[in-house]
This record gives sequence, structure tokens and C-alpha cells, in this order.
Amino acid sequence: MGGVHPEENKISSDAAIEQFPLPKQVVVLMNQHLGAPATPAVAVGDKVKVGQLIGRAEAFMCANVHSPVSGTVKKIDACKDAFGLAKPAIYIDVEGDEWEESIDRTPDIKRECNLEPKQIVEKLKEMGIVGLGGATFPAHIKYSIPEGKKAEYLIINAVECEPYLTSDNRAMLELAEQCCIGISILRKALGVPNAYIGIENNKPRAIAHMKEVASKFEGIIVEPLKVKYPQGAEKQLINAITGRRVPSGKLPIDVGCVVSNVGTTFAVYEAIQKNKPLIENILTVTGKKLPSQHNYQVRIGISYNDIIQHAMGELPATTGKVISGGPMMGKAISNLNGPTVKGASSVLVIDEGEATRAQETNCIRCGKCVGACPMGLQPYLFSALVKNRRFEEAGANNILDCIECGCCFFSCPANKPLLDEIRLGKNKMRAIMAAKRK
Amino acid sequence: MKLLNVSGSPHVHSDESTKKIMWRVNLALVPAFLVSIAYFGINALLVSLIAVAACVLFQWLIEKFIMKVPTNIDDGSAVVTGLLLSFNVPATQDMMWLVILGALVAIGIGKMSFGGLGKNPFNPALVGRVFLLISFPVQMTTWPTPSGKFFGNFACNDVVTGATPLGLIKEGGAEALPQVWDLLIGHMGGSLGEVSAIAILIGAIYLLCTHTISWHIPVTFIGTSFLAAFILALADPAWNTTGMCAGEFALNQILMGGIMLGACFMATDMVTSPMAKTGQLVFGFGCGLLTIIIRRWGAYPEGVSFAILLMNSITPLLNRWFQPKRFAC
Repeated sequence: MGGVHPEENKISSDAAIEQFPLPKQVVVLMNQHLGAPATPAVAVGDKVKVGQLIGRAEAFMCANVHSPVSGTVKKIDACKDAFGLAKPAIYIDVEGDEWEESIDRTPDIKRECNLEPKQIVEKLKEMGIVGLGGATFPAHIKYSIPEGKKAEYLIINAVECEPYLTSDNRAMLELAEQCCIGISILRKALGVPNAYIGIENNKPRAIAHMKEVASKFEGIIVEPLKVKYPQGAEKQLINAITGRRVPSGKLPIDVGCVVSNVGTTFAVYEAIQKNKPLIENILTVTGKKLPSQHNYQVRIGISYNDIIQHAMGELPATTGKVISGGPMMGKAISNLNGPTVKGASSVLVIDEGEATRAQETNCIRCGKCVGACPMGLQPYLFSALVKNRRFEEAGANNILDCIECGCCFFSCPANKPLLDEIRLGKNKMRAIMAAKRK
Repeated sequence: MKLLNVSGSPHVHSDESTKKIMWRVNLALVPAFLVSIAYFGINALLVSLIAVAACVLFQWLIEKFIMKVPTNIDDGSAVVTGLLLSFNVPATQDMMWLVILGALVAIGIGKMSFGGLGKNPFNPALVGRVFLLISFPVQMTTWPTPSGKFFGNFACNDVVTGATPLGLIKEGGAEALPQVWDLLIGHMGGSLGEVSAIAILIGAIYLLCTHTISWHIPVTFIGTSFLAAFILALADPAWNTTGMCAGEFALNQILMGGIMLGACFMATDMVTSPMAKTGQLVFGFGCGLLTIIIRRWGAYPEGVSFAILLMNSITPLLNRWFQPKRFAC
């Protein structure tokens, strides 16, 4: 249902993953995940090692944070993140590269895992693993199946339907075996017979390679999927693989599914088999006007400015926008001094021409937004209702079903900022519902 | 340091625009336009040019001096209205001034009085056309008969006038009906742009291939017309004065008059047709059925314009009744 076909622009797909050099300073945010911020577990002046716990998860919806570098804690203070929001953070001056002894840094691949499901989940929590597909949902909560619910499918999201992004593609080409071990561990944690890896057909090399590697494992099935944005949206992926639909307001587990990103499975492998906490991301640095395209393995907490400086010196003169994530759902960066966080998947540089929105004109009721909406909603209607402040009516037309994929605005010939209006409507509708509950 | 743009996602656009859509429609009308010039000569060319110029001028004047908004004539929508209006009138000298009046009604009342492009409930070209038909019935039903060959009467202003095939069926005289091949290439009496089914279909295929229109409305419109004419011809032999079998009669019905032009170019007007595909199917069905009902029992031999306008009037209801199927239910 619905969907669009934006230009794929996977221009960085041939760039092998490079290790990004250490910077002089990192800023580690205490909330890099969905939920409450972690509590700093170090004091100013403390010496820390790579992988040392520096932020402890105390709330239920929270994740541990570990030091991505070795050095001295300089400051514990609020820091503006890449999007301009102040968040509690630990500033660390980098000195050398000394790792915790417990972390296995050998290149050997460790295949055996003797942990019990409960121990696996416990270790995911200890290692601060969160979902790397974008939502940064703490993994230990996702893999603790609530009473009365049963997981039947483990779905690995390797669709990478966002244009430009190639980090998942590179992970599958270069780290397939580690990913498959990670998948086996997650499969064991859930106790499900099969794990399904969904990959869009535009990545034939990744499909072939994953199929070859997965054939050596039990219960890992590669599912090539039709190329269509947003094929990798959670609800659409579940539907494509199982035929099931997640009802409005419900979670994947309500239809027996658990979905994790393929990048997360690599982090799971490293955490469980190598005792390495989540301190690195695979990050695509791309843009049509950039002199070179890169996929980096980057320590968390390095600023976007440091990444840009290393990758291209400075931004091209005609840069209009820098985006964290893909062009369809990513967020525009307003503060390049902000640090990278867990789950950051790209630095996408967009040129002025593309970054400037065209003049909005009258809706011509062409229905392209209706045809493009993967949730079967009517974006044009929300636009009119929200403009007239008729939020409850928008709610009655299921505005909260919207997954914010952006297909409506992408396809609108009148250039109406449909998703902006829908986001406003969703926020207002949530506030109305919260007020009613009181 | 240079400031960066910041906005909500998505950060890329399909590059589709209202302007591109309208100019594609104009391009799609070119084959039918060329055929009209070939058959009806300089009259067709002049009527079309006058209609387009008048529509563009009236839109510009109204935007500039009455609405006092930035003018939008380059979006091509006034050109579409002008072309479609001229396609719906006979190519005669009378029309060269009447079409200016039609353009004023089409643009002024049909479109701008509601707030401009996108806000009009009725197809503006048809509003203009029906206004002319009701106000000037004689001039609007004086049909030039195309000469036997291409460009036969290019410079000739005194074309022979005759009845349209639908008029022949309604008023008697079915023995003078053109052959199916003539209907396809447009060798029959009728409005300027409606005569050649093939030329119209070429344009429609272009619009389908560029995803400017979808198949739902044209196919149901033409299909319903064919079926309704077929069933009526069987059930009511008095209507079928031609002596043809019901199938051939129904085929003639959809090739005569304005069904092809209406189904491909006017019923598919985005602004005045439903959004959801199911609603479009019902819309096309209604247009087809009403057309045949008017042709059979109405006072006019042709009913396409009225059928589309009537269905335009229930488009908001169709949008309410036929909503897309929700994914998460």
C-alpha cells in the first residue's frame, strides 16, 4: 500500500568501512536513547578507559552509557546536541587509547554462546545496547517479552530504504558473519524458531552474501523485498514478511514480532561475544557534491564538525543542509558542534537547491498524498483540519497512525508542508488525549 | 560561518509540481488540436487561440485587480481551461467572439470566484461550455462538417454545416451516419476537439504513462457508457434507429460526441474528481451512466458535459464515502 520511489543515490555503497581517528575531546550525552537520561557514574577529574561505565541506567526506560575513549573527565555539564537541545553530558579529554581489560580486541570471530536467554538480556542491558535503526529503543526492554505476550518472529531490518544511506549495506558486506552470530544470539534470547532478514532488492551483493553466510547458521532466512520507500518502516516490514498488520496504537510484539536493525545485531555480537559496550557506530558520510564518500566506524561523542573536517576539510560552499539520517526521515542538524550519539547513521550533505523548499501553492486535490501514504491515511485532510485547529477531527481520522515517513510531502505537487502540519496535529492530539485521561 | 537550512523531514522532493502537471495536460491535448486544425481549418485554430488568450487574460486581470494576489498564469491551468473550452464548441466564426464570453464565465465564475485553482467545485471549461450551450443554443449547435480530406478547407470560412452523428440518431437520419473508421480518425461533425478518438487516446496514453491521470475514471466512464448503451439498445429498440446490432451501436455511442474527450481530459480533472481510487471508480461509473441516460431521454442529443458537472457536484460526498483503506486497523 502506498509508498514512493525517491532517487536512491547510494553513492557511498562502494566505500569500505574505515576506522575514524580519535579526536581531542568527546562529549558523551547521557540520553542517547529513548527514555530517561542515565546518571553520571564518574566525577570531574576521573581517569576513564574505553568501555568504562560512565552513565548508569537507573530509570526503567533507560540505557547504560560507556566511555568511548580513554582520558580524563573534564566537565559534567549540559551540552547542546546537534539539534540545539541542551542535554546532560560528560566531556572527556582524550589521552591515548587504553581499553578495559575485559574487552576482547582480537580480530577472531567467536561463534559459541552459552548464555541463557535471561543472561543475554541482562548483558544487553549491561552493555548499553539500543536499537540502531533510528529510534534507539533500549534493547534489553525490547528483548524482555512481557507476560502474556509471545514472540513468534524475529525480523532483522536490513532494508535500508532511505536514499543515500549505506552503513547497513556495508555492515552486511563486511561483517556478515558477526551479524549472523548476533542474530543467532537474539533468536536464542527470544526462543523463536526463525529469524528473517529483510533486504531491499536494490542491494543484490548484500543479499547474495548474507544468503551465503546465513546458510551456515540455523534458522536465519534472507527475504529479498521489493524496492519501495518506506519498505523498512517497522509496520510495513512486518507486513511484508509475516503478512500481519500491527493494529493502531499497538506494538510489534502484539502480533508476535520483534524487529531489530542489522546494525544492532553487530552491536549485540560485540557486546555478548567480545564484552564490548556500545561505543561505536557505523556512519555514512555522503552527499552529491562531496569530493569523496565514506563509511566510518566512529566512536560515539565525536562532534559533527570533527567528522566533516576529517572527511572533507570543510563543507562545500553550496551546502544548504546537513542531515543526520536519511533525506526522508532524518533530522536537519542546526549545531555542527553537537556530538554524535548511539544510532547516528549518517552525515548527509544536501546542496542549496535541494535544501530549499519550493513555493507552496493551492492544493489541487490530486490525491497523490493519499496514494502515497503507506498507512492509508488522507494527508491533505489533516493539513486542512490542522490549519483550522480541528485537532479532534484529525484524531478521528486516525492522524496518530501516521509514521512520519514523509511520502505525502515528497509527492505533493503543490509543495504543501503536509508532514509539518501533521506533526503539529499529532502533538496537539496527544495533548488532548493526555488531558482527557486526567 | 554560513547558516544551514533547518526544517522538518523529508528533505527531498519528488520534483512534481502543479505547473508540470498542467503543461503535461496541455501537451497531451496537442494531437487532438492538430486534428481539429486539419479538419476544421483556420476556424479551429482561431477559436482555440482566442479561447486560450481570453482565459489567460481574464485570470491575470482577476488575480491582479480583483483578488490582488500574485499572478499565476504561468502555471498553465488557464491554458488548459482555454483549450478544453474551445475543444467543446463548434469551429465556426460565431464562436470567435462567443468563446470570449465563455472564457469569462469559465475563469471568472467557474474558477476564480471560488478562490482560484484547486478550489473550484466544477470543471471550469464545462461551466463555460454549458453557459454557452444554454445561452446560445443555435450557435452552439451549428456544426461544421469536416471536409473529406486533411486541410481541405484550411482557408475556407464557409464550411458546410450539418448534424452531428448523435443528432442524427436523436432526430432521425441514421442512414447518413459515418463509419467506425471515420469516428476514430475524427471525420464527423462535432465540437472542435472531440472528433478524433485516436488523437484523444494518444494524449490520454501520454497522461497515463506520466502518472498525470490514473486509469480509473476514463476506463469506468467509457466502459459504463458502452455497457449502458448496449443494454439500452437491446431493451429499447426504439432508440437504436441505426439498424446496427447492439454491440456495434454501443461502440458507435462511445466514439461519437464527447465521451472520449470528457472521459480522458475533463472527468479526470484532479480538482473536481474524487481522491481515492474507489471514489474515482464510482465517479466514472456515474459519468458514463448519466451520459447515456441524457442521450436517450434528455432534450439534448449529447450529455457528457452535464453528466460530468453533476458528478462534480457529488465529489465531496464521494470523498467522504470512499476513503482509502487504513493500514493499521
